[in-house]
Amino acid sequence: MTERRPDSDTHITVRDLTMAYGDFVLMRDLNFEVKRGEIFIIMGGSGCGKSTLLRHMIGLIEPAKGEIFYEDENFTLADAARKEEMLRRFGILYQSGALWSSMTLAENVSLPLGEFTGLNEKERREVASLKLALVGLKGFEDYYPYQISGGMQKRAGLARAMALDPEVLFFDEPSAGLDPISSKLLDDLIKELADSLGSTVVVVTHELASIFAIGQNSVFLDVETRSMAASGPPKELRDQSDNPTVRRFLLRGGNGAPGEAL
Amino acid sequence: MSTVPALGELTFRRTPDAELVIEISGDWRLHEALPDLAPVEAELVGAAPPRAVVVDAGGLGEWDSSVLVFLSSISALAGERGVPVDRRALPVGIQRLLELAEAVPEKEGARQAEAEASLLERIGTRTISAQESFVEMLHFLGDATLTFGKMLRRAARFRRSDLLMLMQQVGAEAVGIVTLISFLVGLILAFIGAAQLQQFGAAIYVADLVGIGMVRDVAALMTAIVMAGRTGAAYAAELGSMKVTQEIDALTTMGISPLEFLVLPRIVALVLMMPLLTLYADLVGVLGGAFVGVTMLDLSISAYMQETASAVSVLDLVGGMFKGTVYGALIAVAGCLRGMQSGTSSSAVGVATTSAVVTAIVWIISACGAFAVLFYALGI
Repeated sequence: MTERRPDSDTHITVRDLTMAYGDFVLMRDLNFEVKRGEIFIIMGGSGCGKSTLLRHMIGLIEPAKGEIFYEDENFTLADAARKEEMLRRFGILYQSGALWSSMTLAENVSLPLGEFTGLNEKERREVASLKLALVGLKGFEDYYPYQISGGMQKRAGLARAMALDPEVLFFDEPSAGLDPISSKLLDDLIKELADSLGSTVVVVTHELASIFAIGQNSVFLDVETRSMAASGPPKELRDQSDNPTVRRFLLRGGNGAPGEAL
Repeated sequence: MSTVPALGELTFRRTPDAELVIEISGDWRLHEALPDLAPVEAELVGAAPPRAVVVDAGGLGEWDSSVLVFLSSISALAGERGVPVDRRALPVGIQRLLELAEAVPEKEGARQAEAEASLLERIGTRTISAQESFVEMLHFLGDATLTFGKMLRRAARFRRSDLLMLMQQVGAEAVGIVTLISFLVGLILAFIGAAQLQQFGAAIYVADLVGIGMVRDVAALMTAIVMAGRTGAAYAAELGSMKVTQEIDALTTMGISPLEFLVLPRIVALVLMMPLLTLYADLVGVLGGAFVGVTMLDLSISAYMQETASAVSVLDLVGGMFKGTVYGALIAVAGCLRGMQSGTSSSAVGVATTSAVVTAIVWIISACGAFAVLFYALGI
């Protein structure tokens, strides 16, 4: 069950994963790998279980069957203490930002620093300011989450996710509820950060513009068959996939006939 | 048009080649009642079922969804009997909307069977869920106890500033309501006592009644009930909405236990503040009694206070504060438990809040009963 993966370049391996709520099977037999440093997209129609897959990958839900590996290590079978350690290497941006509403932005970012580093308060504050500056929120350190716009909350959430310089960044629907320009800016930011920090990035989204702008590799979950329909770079899937559902999704409902590219 | 056409009219006509023509005319409006389908059904199943149905809307005035509902019901009726419906004579808008409604076939299994559960089944389901909820509660209590142990070893992660803030919220900010309630309860006790004791000319014993009653039991109980509504509900609502906004997920995935970070300071704050509030309520309750004693029973304030002091022992005082502390723990645990159990919708937060208050009050009253028996048995 815990044999080593073949490819040392692989960062995350999802093997035979079946997700279920009680008796209701949401997705079965998911198998895919995420390479180190790439931007990986989890896509599919609404309600197919994209976000649930992400919640499995960060340990919020136990798989009904199957395992998830980070590098060589079995995350699913790890004990609670080890899981907590592994979680510390992840940064997660939740759909709604999920900033702690009783704390200022700086406190939000510096809370994990205070818990898991030896930095003193002044240093933590400096790191928090830097992270906020990276996402374009310089000067907003002492604002509370409810005082800023949705797009800014997302970016602040990103700053918090990056607080501990994570090896893996997870994004749950980063562009949900954002206007096209903010959404584009966030995409650029994700790409920029992934390139410069070298983090592996996993993005759950159904926004075609984002998928093609940032996605280097992807997996497509098909709600009809309750399984993954395809995996590979999104552009290749759009042009070459032999699965009509995947092509239709990536062509925004077009039938994938030649000449109908976006 | 000079004459106003009748609302939603319906006529039938048969063509020589056995087609049923349904003519709809007049204005069709949703706020009128929808026309009766029975005549159409009668025509369809009658002695000579039609070969096809043709809908003619030549005289149709203004229309809205009522026409669509009616026509799609006809289509469904005819479809069941394999009779084709010709809709070509309808306005284009109606045709398009009907096509749109029929474009996606009903999903297999999407309709939920609305089966009425039998009494036995409902009892079973309730029993199972009650058992599950009990087990969940035990888990929570166990985890909370472990976390408390962790705090004693100074290994629990929470912010001291949060604890101070919470202590202010549940302690200092509750003083107003506790003052009001305790004063009134002291007053009520005094009235009840006065009515009886005055008959024997023993009005001074009102002080004993109010003093012992408030200090031993009533002050702690009333404060606890106020705090269950005030703080227990707040805890559940706060933690419940943090679940909705994924703030609790964010803590968990950051490796920070929500039990340590959120639940522990809340329980500690209330457990620290409740004995103080109880002590304060004792004092205000006695003042409430004294108010009645001085204004209605013509007792002097010093006599009243002296009588109270001689009636109430330190043990009574400590016992009352101890009860208050236990009630505080019960309220905080009930509030946090229900908050952490909350679902992730706004109505679930409402349910959690209600349930927190109900749970806390049930626990408080049960504990009060248990204390009464225990203290009696111990002779305190």
